[in-house]
Amino acid sequence: MDKLLQLLSKNSQFTTGEIAAMLGEPEDYIKAQIKEYENQGIIKGYQAVVNWERIDGSYVEALIELKVTPKKETGFDEMAQMCMAFEEVESVYLMAGVYDFALIVRGETMQDIAMFIAKKLSTIDGVISTGTHFIMRRYKDRGMNVFDDDAQADERSLIL
Amino acid sequence: MEYSKYMNSSIQSVSPSGIRKFFDIANEMQDVISLSIGEPDFQTPWHIRDEGIRSLEKGKTWYSPNRGFADLLKEITAYYQRRFGITYSPTTQTLVTVGGSEAIDLCFRTLIERGDEVIIPQPSFVCYEPLTVMAGGVPVIINTKNEDNFRLKADDLRAAITDRTKLLVLPFPNNPTGAIMEKHDLEEIAKVCIEKDILVLSDEIYSELTYGDRDHVSIASVDGMYERTVVINGFSKSYAMTGWRLGYALGPAEIIAQMTKLHQYGIMSAPTTAQYAAIEALKNGDRDVNRMRDEYDMRRRLVVDSFNDMGLSCFEPLGAFYVFPCIKSTGLSSDEFCTRLIMEKHVAVVPGTAFGACGDGFVRVSYSYSLKHLKIALQRIREFLEELKNGN
Repeated sequence: MDKLLQLLSKNSQFTTGEIAAMLGEPEDYIKAQIKEYENQGIIKGYQAVVNWERIDGSYVEALIELKVTPKKETGFDEMAQMCMAFEEVESVYLMAGVYDFALIVRGETMQDIAMFIAKKLSTIDGVISTGTHFIMRRYKDRGMNVFDDDAQADERSLIL
Repeated sequence: MEYSKYMNSSIQSVSPSGIRKFFDIANEMQDVISLSIGEPDFQTPWHIRDEGIRSLEKGKTWYSPNRGFADLLKEITAYYQRRFGITYSPTTQTLVTVGGSEAIDLCFRTLIERGDEVIIPQPSFVCYEPLTVMAGGVPVIINTKNEDNFRLKADDLRAAITDRTKLLVLPFPNNPTGAIMEKHDLEEIAKVCIEKDILVLSDEIYSELTYGDRDHVSIASVDGMYERTVVINGFSKSYAMTGWRLGYALGPAEIIAQMTKLHQYGIMSAPTTAQYAAIEALKNGDRDVNRMRDEYDMRRRLVVDSFNDMGLSCFEPLGAFYVFPCIKSTGLSSDEFCTRLIMEKHVAVVPGTAFGACGDGFVRVSYSYSLKHLKIALQRIREFLEELKNGN
């Protein structure tokens, strides 16, 4: 895998100078390469990994299984686009297995999410069924331990 | 009671490790960022840990054979063949030990007669000198130099050899300098060893951590050296298995047989669980080694680049996970530099003098830390240097 992308996908806060040093490339090249990836849509954006559970205020996420009837002309894509259009929907994945789409939906309360499913999602033409799984607690998110800050503590001792 | 008169004078003459002092200061402080630890920050890869667990579940809790399990001996020799092109017999030329350190001790005690001289290039790992003394030998120090990229030079070796010289310790890739020896360097050293009939203990514990397309070369693979070299290696650095305490020695059957005898009476056998895990490491661990090496390499480049940028000249270390920047431009000694750095900026690094007197003017910085951690520490060192310059 491309080392630059690997590095940025783990931490996008390195300066181009630091990245250049780490990868042993000229800084200008790194800058141009990042620009290129952004232009091509390979790098879609830069976001913070937020531990929402630590923030006051309500935050609920659910994973929703969706069974649908694919459209004749457009297959699953049209259904996916309809789901994507809702701002409550964080992620949309086409799945192999017993259901077709997995959606991550976000709201302030469980009631919000329940109403969203009942009123907006289930009523889309072509949706056969939904199954809702509320996320109770996140332990690891996007490769990061968001559960236990002490897990990062250095337990090594000086031996010699 | 006056205990000193009851205790062995050699052990009493050995001074405590110089790395420790700063660690003790660091322990007293809050908010210390350490760059002083000499072991991988990675955990042992899961599939390796899992094999250890599995062996316990199956109740494999007995001693292993003295030399180590046959499967492990076979994997070790296959690995040396595959990686370094050297053939050893798993049954007569291989011994599994409690870390590389035990193997070093066994080798010294097997080879050294009272009064024999042991040549030790410095800066180097702190154990060679005291263990030589404890075995009745006389350490003869060669100072490697910054301008030689801390490699051992044949002329310096030749100049250090006397009629009593028995053994040369070859500690490359090197802790603390990060120096390596390439094939042509080793060939020059080999000529002298053969001509002067001295043996070599080649400590290759960092053999998997070399950078920039240079694979480690063992001196045992140089013509005429196989029969006069004891190779020491282990699992700690390459597979992040420090706590498992597992190393090994490879060498001439006659020497390994005597070392095995010592090991048998003193230790009996290396930890059983660790050996099962190590078999898995050698069989299926190449990917982990490459992954960790790539990660170290990025950190290494960042740290070297940062030091040079701060104005502390730093030769490019091509092995291990240390950089050894020169701090002479600050006008401070290694000890002063480290003391002030930890007191003023709460960053712990190790003075070069901990690895031999010739390390003065240098500090050892370990990059066995996450990039995030390294960035914070480097920033603090940068501030420290700026404040020094402004005369604060």
